[in-house]
Amino acid sequence: MTVLMEFKEVDVHYGPIQALKKVSLTVNEGEIVTLIGANGAGKSTLLMSIFGQPRISSGEIIYRGEDISQKSAHYVASHGLAQSPEGRRIFPGMSVEENLLMGTIPIGMDHAEEDMQRMFELFPRLLERRNQRASTMSGGEQQMLAIARALMSRPKLLLLDEPSLGLAPIIVKQIFQILKDVASTGMTIFLVEQNANHALKLANRGYVMVNGEIRMTGTGEELLVNPEVREAYLGGH
Amino acid sequence: MDIVLQQLVNGLTLGSVYGLIAIGYTMVYGIIGMINFAHGDVYMVSAYITAIAIALLTFFGIESFPIIIIGTLFLTVAVTGAYGWVIERVAYRPLRNSSRLSVLISAIGMSLILQNYVQLSQGANQQGVPTLLTGAIRFSVGDGFVQITYMKLLILLISLLGMGVLTYVIQKTKLGRMCRATQQDRKMASILGIDTDKVISTVFVIGAMMAALAGVLITLDYGAFDFYVGFIIGIKAFTAAVLGGIGSLPGAMLGGLILGLSEALFAGLISSDYKDVFSFSLLVLILIIRPSGLLGKPEVEKV
Repeated sequence: MTVLMEFKEVDVHYGPIQALKKVSLTVNEGEIVTLIGANGAGKSTLLMSIFGQPRISSGEIIYRGEDISQKSAHYVASHGLAQSPEGRRIFPGMSVEENLLMGTIPIGMDHAEEDMQRMFELFPRLLERRNQRASTMSGGEQQMLAIARALMSRPKLLLLDEPSLGLAPIIVKQIFQILKDVASTGMTIFLVEQNANHALKLANRGYVMVNGEIRMTGTGEELLVNPEVREAYLGGH
Repeated sequence: MDIVLQQLVNGLTLGSVYGLIAIGYTMVYGIIGMINFAHGDVYMVSAYITAIAIALLTFFGIESFPIIIIGTLFLTVAVTGAYGWVIERVAYRPLRNSSRLSVLISAIGMSLILQNYVQLSQGANQQGVPTLLTGAIRFSVGDGFVQITYMKLLILLISLLGMGVLTYVIQKTKLGRMCRATQQDRKMASILGIDTDKVISTVFVIGAMMAALAGVLITLDYGAFDFYVGFIIGIKAFTAAVLGGIGSLPGAMLGGLILGLSEALFAGLISSDYKDVFSFSLLVLILIIRPSGLLGKPEVEKV
C-alpha cells in the first residue's frame, strides 16, 4: 500500500496551549481512516493544520512525498486535498449550484457539468434545491452540499470533519450510506468523528485521540470491540 | 416644474458618479472589513491622470475628440487600477492579520501620502483640462426648459455601463464567484483553493478602476481640480455606500443615486449652500435609524 498522507510527530500550539502533541498517523491510498475523539480533543485542529490554519509548530505533514506543512492553503487545495470542514461552512449567499462550482477552483470548469450531475445522483436532495440559496436549507442538506462541494474538485484525499454533527439520526445514517458509496469508488477518505459507532463501522482503520494525543490505533473492528473505546465513546454497553 | 426636472437630471448624473466611487468603499469593506480612507484620493489621482492622458494623446497628434475621450478613459482606468494594486500591496497587505485599527490608521496615512505626493509632484495650484465635449439637448417644459448636456449624458451612460459590467462580472463569472466566496468566508475560500490575497488585490483594483471612471467623467465635465478634490467627494461616496448598506454592491449604486438625487433636489429647491450639510445630515439619520443601510444585512454570524 502506498502512503498518501502522513503526520510525523506533529505539534500545534495556540499561544501557550498545546493542541496537538507529537501526533503521528498515516492514511494509505484507497483507505478509509477515521480519527475519533471527544469534543476539544484536537481533531479539527489536526484537519485544519493540513491547510496551514493553524501552522504546525514542529513535525512534518507529508502528502505524496512532499512536506506540505508550510504551504499555503490554496497550494494544498490545488494538489488534491479537499475538506468538508467543521460547521460545514457553505457559502450562505450563494445558490447550491454556485456552491458546487466553488469546488471546481483547483481543477477548472472542464468537468463541472458532468461532476455536478454526479453529485445530484449521489445527493438527490441537492437537485431539488439547485437554485435555492444555501442558507435556506436544512442542516442535513447543508452537510450534503459541503461534502458534494469537496468532491467537485475530484480530490485524491477527501477530508471530512464531523459530517454527523447536529444532525438527526436518520440523516446521519443517510450520510454514512452515501460515504460508503463514495468510498466504493476507490476514494481515500480521512474522517474525523465524535460519532464513533458510525465512523468505526465505515472505516478500515481508526485512531483515538485524547487531549491532543493519539491514544490508540487499530482496525475499525478492533476499536469497535475495544473495552476502553466502548466505555469512552460508545456509551459503555 | 422645470427646476425639479432639471435637478432630477443633474441628481441622476451626480448620483451615478457617487455610486461608482461608493463601489470601491463597499467592495473593500465587504472583503476585508475596512473603510479604505485613501479611496477618495485614488479618485483625486485619477483626475490628474486624466489631464496627463489628454496631454499625452494630444501630444501624439490625436485630434479627434471622441478618440481622445475614449483613450483617456482606457489609460486612466488602467493606470489608476495599478495605483489601487500598489496601495493594497504597500499599505494593507502587510497588516492583513493585525487589528482593524492598525489598518484604518494605515489608510489615513495612505490618504495623506497620496495628497502630498500629488501636491509635490504636480503643484498645489488648481489644474484644468480643456472642454472636449460641448452641446446639449433641450426639452421645453411648460414655460421653461430642461437641459441635458452631452457630457452629462456621457456620464450617465458610462456609469451605467460600468455598473452593469461589474454586476455581470460579480454575479456570473468565476472571478465574481471567487470574490463573493472570499467575502462570505475567507478561510473556507482558501481551503477550496482560492488565493485570497490575489482576490483582495483584484477587489482593490476594481474599486480603483470604478473611481477612475468617475474621475475621468467628472474632470472632463467640471474641468478644474486640485490635490484636495478627493476629500469631499470621497466622503460623499462613503455616505452613499453607508446609505445603501456597506458591503452590498447594489446598495452602493442605489445609495449613490439616492444621495445624488436628494442632494440635487435640496440644492435646487432649498439652498445650494447647505447641500453638504443636507448630505451629511442624511448620513447621521441613517446611522441612527437603520445602521445597516437600505440593502445591507445586519452583522449576524451565521452558524
